[in-house]
Amino acid sequence: MTPAAATATTNAGPAVAFDNVYLGFDEGDILRGVSFSVPARETMVLLGETGTGKTLTLKLAAGLLKPTRGSVSVLGQEVSAMSEKELLQLRERIGFVFQEGALFDSMTVGENVAYRLREEHVKEEEIEPRVQEALQFVELEHTADQLPSELSGGMRRRVSIARALINRPDIVLYDSPTAGLDPITSQTIISLILRLRDVYGVTALLATQRLQDGFALANFCFDKEAQHVVHCDPAKGGRDGQPPAPTRFMVYKDGRIYFEGDPQELLSTKDPYLRRFLV
Amino acid sequence: MAGTPLQIERDTTPEPTLSVVDVLVDSLKRWVFSVQDYSLLSARSVRNLFTGPRYFQDTLDQMDDIGVGSLPIVLISGFFIGAVMVLQTGTQFIRFGQAALTGDIVAIALVRELGPTLTGILVAGRCSSGIASELGSMLVTEQVDAMRAMGTDPSRKLVTPRVLATVLMLPLLTALNDFVGLLGGCVASVFSLRLGAVEFWTRAIKALDFADLMQGFTKPMVYGFILATVGCYKGLNVRGGTQGVGRATTQAVVVASVLIIAADLFLTKLALYLGDKLF
Repeated sequence: MTPAAATATTNAGPAVAFDNVYLGFDEGDILRGVSFSVPARETMVLLGETGTGKTLTLKLAAGLLKPTRGSVSVLGQEVSAMSEKELLQLRERIGFVFQEGALFDSMTVGENVAYRLREEHVKEEEIEPRVQEALQFVELEHTADQLPSELSGGMRRRVSIARALINRPDIVLYDSPTAGLDPITSQTIISLILRLRDVYGVTALLATQRLQDGFALANFCFDKEAQHVVHCDPAKGGRDGQPPAPTRFMVYKDGRIYFEGDPQELLSTKDPYLRRFLV
Repeated sequence: MAGTPLQIERDTTPEPTLSVVDVLVDSLKRWVFSVQDYSLLSARSVRNLFTGPRYFQDTLDQMDDIGVGSLPIVLISGFFIGAVMVLQTGTQFIRFGQAALTGDIVAIALVRELGPTLTGILVAGRCSSGIASELGSMLVTEQVDAMRAMGTDPSRKLVTPRVLATVLMLPLLTALNDFVGLLGGCVASVFSLRLGAVEFWTRAIKALDFADLMQGFTKPMVYGFILATVGCYKGLNVRGGTQGVGRATTQAVVVASVLIIAADLFLTKLALYLGDKLF
């Protein structure tokens, strides 16, 4: 499918759609009848206890796993029915930021970020400036020759984001990008996610156990003129008057979607299980 | 206290007990599935050679690591094995006044049997374990998923280069092992059995015929295929985090070694049959 045709398909429907998806392993079903859709440019925050299927949802969206029942569509294409070979092309439009970064530890930072471009046989003279641009976006241009083992956890996550955005994807999937990081570094990561959302207009699914990450995405946006993050009232808009990209929350419980709605609905809920997340 | 946000609800349903028959049937099923998965991985590793993309640089890197990297252990072991062979057989031949036959027997045993098999087992110990631990570590740190998410087929990038490199390098290592083994045998025969070096070499070379060489250099190709595919299979099917990687590493060596020895029986029988028919 050509990029133009693919974009037309995206405009016609949601960027990501799950329809009655079940996924299980030897121990039984982890996801049970999950259905939701994410329109283009929207951010969906996946919340839930450990083991409720947040990471599995992201991997299903990337086609890394196949559901046992139901269907998963991404950018108008049913990934759950595609072969691995067919998925390779679609994945050019999807970026994935893994929980621990998943950087290739035998390659330098620059080689990690350039990996996708080399796989696509992009000319060498084009690779270097694009890698520099991606590393500048995450403010790590000075680390290009270092190995991942020489970086801190936060820096590895940032390199992972640079690697994910090298191809200007339409969708970025974040698997607990701030897990295990200190509050300052977590803010840096969230700022980058905001920047990616507001500068490139990506659709995002973010799995997290930190509620504050989701509310940060809902209440802040990246000011392109001032080049920093500012507070945005979702009703009134940012500095340029444009509303921030919509952010919604989805809470998992026992493999099912227990709650789906906007930040205000979650904040004002009286449900005792949801209130536990707000403690 | 029940009902408060801090109360944790636990599932108290007792787990069903399994009979001995259930456990055995379950183990048999798992074994059959693993044989199936291994066969598919092996077949795919060969099929990848006939279609692109191909990873020549990765193959060269593996040839260096497997071939050049295994040289010290192969050469040192070969020298001592040849020397021991001469000592053991020579002392028996002296009883019958046929010490001069030592070179013939050691050459045939080394080239046909000991050289390929011992080289295969030594390289399995070094490389099969290395492959399993490398790929297993990549799997548990999600690097394999990251590869897939960026459009790379792990079978092409990780498995096929290792299999091809091992199949190509093992016959060369075997040839060097044979030569150094004969060298060790020559040293032992000169200093222990008081045989002439020229006589030893002349008889050793004359004792070998084309069928011996065919057998001696075909077996390593099969052994190389076995040890590489077993290492890759064990590495890419790790379960249980870093502890699983350790288990997979050990299992790779054990399984590869046992399969090499078992394959030796069938290959020897086949080689002797074909040797009679063709040569």
